[in-house]
Amino acid sequence: MHDPTDPNDDPTRPSRRGALECMVWAGTGLLWTLGGGLPRAVGLERALAAEASPAPFSFLQISDSHVGFNKPANPDALGTLREAVEKIRTLPQKPSFIIHTGDISHLSKDREFDDADQILRETGVPMFYVPGEHDLLDDEPGRAYLDRYGKGSRGAGWYSFDQNGVHFIGLVNVVDLKAGGLGNLGAEQLDWLEKDIAGLSSSKPIVVFAHIPLWTVYPEWGWGTQDGARALALLKRFGSVTVLNGHIHQIIQKVEGTIAFHTARSTAFPQPAPGSAPSPGPMKVPAGELRQHLGIASVSLVHGNEPLAVIDTPLAG
Amino acid sequence: MTLASALIRAHIRERLAAALALPIVALAASSIAMAGEPVTIRIDNFTFGPETVTVAPGTKVIWINGDDIPHTVVSQTKLFRSKALDTDDRYTFTFDAPGEYPYFCSLHPHMTGKVVVKAPAG
Ligand SMILES: [Cu+2]
Repeated sequence: MHDPTDPNDDPTRPSRRGALECMVWAGTGLLWTLGGGLPRAVGLERALAAEASPAPFSFLQISDSHVGFNKPANPDALGTLREAVEKIRTLPQKPSFIIHTGDISHLSKDREFDDADQILRETGVPMFYVPGEHDLLDDEPGRAYLDRYGKGSRGAGWYSFDQNGVHFIGLVNVVDLKAGGLGNLGAEQLDWLEKDIAGLSSSKPIVVFAHIPLWTVYPEWGWGTQDGARALALLKRFGSVTVLNGHIHQIIQKVEGTIAFHTARSTAFPQPAPGSAPSPGPMKVPAGELRQHLGIASVSLVHGNEPLAVIDTPLAG
Repeated sequence: MTLASALIRAHIRERLAAALALPIVALAASSIAMAGEPVTIRIDNFTFGPETVTVAPGTKVIWINGDDIPHTVVSQTKLFRSKALDTDDRYTFTFDAPGEYPYFCSLHPHMTGKVVVKAPAG
């Protein structure tokens, strides 16, 4: 049995950089393993092959299901969400829970939330949510989301919880956006965050999740969070911080000091690489290739004080 | 017809003629749209086009979303606010008072635009 925290231990395991490239091309799913300080990613096929490797605790990230979307980029977003759930059920290691990083629905309609809930329930594991901007389009913005998913949360839906020695923080950065700006956390949420982590030991692994990337990916398309740096500054003292986001419908990853950033694929439709198209709108790919661009992510904790390992899993390919 | 009512009618005719003539001159001179003619702003590729429009008071402005993603039209001064516009949905607002009206998409706030309302010169 190899030590999954040692990249040199398994000669067939791609280097970190290699794994990232692999993820980018594999397109559909992301499996995160908490494995030794920094997240590590492998393709879905590897995840399925890694049945024997020990991972005492893992969870899954799913994002941007956009239930209700039916445009040419994917006429059946509900169907691909269903496929993603099927994929989750075939994973060798059942995740402890699933984090949905927002845009559950496309237009915040009750029917869309109902359909999403019904399919996601079939995973059989607890779900944790943060809203995307598409989940707050009801007449009283956010009411429908909070009524469904906001139990125990504060403000627009932020909260934290502990699991297997990891502190999880769900943030909301899609509310009260300012003209010309990016995603927004706001002073009230940042104050709450500061208090939330005040008593934690710096050795505690932290997982932060929010819809829009907390770091600046591409401001020309609004892919970043105005006051994200303030949240990250508060988290600097921790030895292992993993930031999971959605919104951009593709995998982009980077490591900065002790903070590892990762965005997940959508289960609905891909979006273009930053600046590679006239707009960040849905990217139409040949129908046979769509599922290579959609996916889920799984994260596992191998040793308590080590990085998270991430596995992105495409729906196909 | 009394003299008084004839005078009033003539006066109305003059005013109508002036109202019709003036904006046409203004349109030719400075491309300010004529009040009464709605002005359309397209939302395509996460952009309001044209980004700035100049219209005469009383002009109805129509936004049409051509994207596969919903957008909103939200005044930065809270004067107007559309619901989420899905593909091909429209939002209309009539601008009566002269002034500058900056707006943005509350879902994608990097999308901004401006309506300038100006009485036609002349
Ligand atoms: Cu928008």
